[in-house]
Amino acid sequence: MIRLLSLALAGLLLAGCAQQPPLRGSGDLGVIIERARGSIQIIETSGQTQLARIEGLGDLSHASVVFSRDQRFAYVFGRDGGLTKVDLLAQRIDKRILQGGNSIGGAISQDGSLIAVGNYEPGGVKVFDAQTLELVADIPSTPLPDGSRNSRVVGVIDAPGQRFLFALFDTGEIWIADFSEREKPTVTRFEHIGHQPYDDLLTPDGRYYLAGLFGEDGMALLDLWHPEQGVKRVLDGYGRGEQKLPVYKMPHLEGWAIAGEQAFVPAIGQHRVLVMNTGNWQQSAAIEVAGQPVFVMARPDARQIWVNFAYPDNHRVQVIDSETHAIVADLQPGPGVLHMEFSARGEQLWLSVRDGNEVQVWDPYRLELLKRLPAESPSGIFFSSRAHRTGL
Amino acid sequence: MAFLHKHSLATGLAALALLLLSPALAAASPDASRQVVLEHLLVQDCGSCHGLRMTGGLGPSLTPEALAGKPRESLIATVAHGRAGTAMPGWQALLDEQDIAWLVDRLLEGGFNP
Repeated sequence: MIRLLSLALAGLLLAGCAQQPPLRGSGDLGVIIERARGSIQIIETSGQTQLARIEGLGDLSHASVVFSRDQRFAYVFGRDGGLTKVDLLAQRIDKRILQGGNSIGGAISQDGSLIAVGNYEPGGVKVFDAQTLELVADIPSTPLPDGSRNSRVVGVIDAPGQRFLFALFDTGEIWIADFSEREKPTVTRFEHIGHQPYDDLLTPDGRYYLAGLFGEDGMALLDLWHPEQGVKRVLDGYGRGEQKLPVYKMPHLEGWAIAGEQAFVPAIGQHRVLVMNTGNWQQSAAIEVAGQPVFVMARPDARQIWVNFAYPDNHRVQVIDSETHAIVADLQPGPGVLHMEFSARGEQLWLSVRDGNEVQVWDPYRLELLKRLPAESPSGIFFSSRAHRTGL
Repeated sequence: MAFLHKHSLATGLAALALLLLSPALAAASPDASRQVVLEHLLVQDCGSCHGLRMTGGLGPSLTPEALAGKPRESLIATVAHGRAGTAMPGWQALLDEQDIAWLVDRLLEGGFNP
C-alpha cells in the first residue's frame, strides 16, 4: 500500500513538473546524428516517433554512439574530440568534455564502466570513467618515423575480458588494451598486420577480430581465443588483376557483417561485396553490386544483407539474399543514403537520407517504406539495443 | 554561413552575367546551380574525410591556415589526380577542371562553419 501511495505521489510529482518527460523504458530508444547542425534526435522505435532534439554537441561529422548497459545514457563521439554523455530519459546533456583534437569513435567496456575513444589527433586512445568522464588512461599510439605525430587510430571496439581493440592506420598495427585490472592496463601489440587498416569488426560472439586494409587487398584476422597465434591474412589479393577505382568514401566494418556461417564485407575500390566462410575464413564468393559498398549489414535473422554505396551511387540501396547471393531488391530511397540500422529483432530498418533531410523506416520483410521522419542532414542512426551487443 | 550564401549568390550572378556576355569567358567558372552542387559536395563528401569544417580527419586539415604556402596549382593537381599511397582519390572522373579550381578557391577562402 505504501509502495502504491509513493508511486502515485511520484506520478503526481512527475505530472507537476512540466520539464520531466513521462515515465518510460529505454530499450526501444535510439539516437540520430544531425551532423551539420551539431545536434542529435532521440527517437523511439515502438511508435517510430521523435522524442527530442539535443543541441550543442559540436562537430558531428563521422559521429558515433555507444550506450550504457542500463540503456539510459548515450555516449556521442564527435569529430572535434567531443565526448558527450546524453541522458536519453531526461533528454538532456549529462556531461560533455573535449578529450582530443580530432577523433573517430569509441567503445564501451564489457562491464560498462569504461569509455575508450580513438583519436587521430593526438594519435592514440583515451579511456574514461563512464560515469564521471574522468580520464582513466591515456594510450598514445606509435610515433611516425619522422616524429611529426603519432599514428591515427581507427575502429576502437570492445571485446570480452574488459578489453579494447583498435588498429593504427599509419603504422599498420593492431593493439589490444586489457583493462581487466583497471589501474594497471596492459597493451599487446601486433605489428606489420598490413598496409593502412581503415576499420575493423568483431564477430558477435567476440572471438574473431578482423581489420580491413585500405592500402592493399586483404584483411587481418586475429583469433582472440588464441592471440598467441598472431595475426593472419585473409582475402589476400582479392582484387588481383582488377583496376582499382578511386574510393570516394571509406567503407565501414561492424559485427553485423556476419550472417550465419558467412561474413559479408565491402571490397575496396570495387563494386563488389566479398563473402567469406567463417569456419576457415576463405573467400567463398564475390557479389557484383551497384557501387562501392560502404555499409554491408546483415538483417539480425541473417537472411538478407543490406548494402549502401559511396558517392556517386549513394542514392541506392541493394538487398542481397544471403543464401543465393542474388540481389533481391534495388531501392532508391533518396539522395545521400548514409547509414542504416536494424532494430534488435530485425523487423524494422531505419536509414538516413542525408540530402533528403529525412530518416526512413522500412519493413525489411515486405521491402516497404513505412514512415518518413524529418531530420537535418542525418548521418548515423544508433539504437539502444547496441548496449547489449559486443563489439558494436 | 549567411555570408557564404550571399557570396556564392554574388559569384553565381557574376557567372550568369558572364555567360550572357560571352560563352567563352563563362567557362572560367561553374554556373550558379553547379556551384550549389559543388558547395554541397565540398562540405558533405570532402567533409567525410577532412571534417565538415575542414579541420581534418582521416584526411588533413584544409583550412586556409593549413593550406598557406601551398601553390594553388598543386592543390588543383591533388584534387584531380589524388595522392598515391594515401586515401585521397582523384576526382577528375567526376569533376572538370573548372569545378576543381572553384573548389580549391573555396578552400583557400575558408570560412566553413555549417
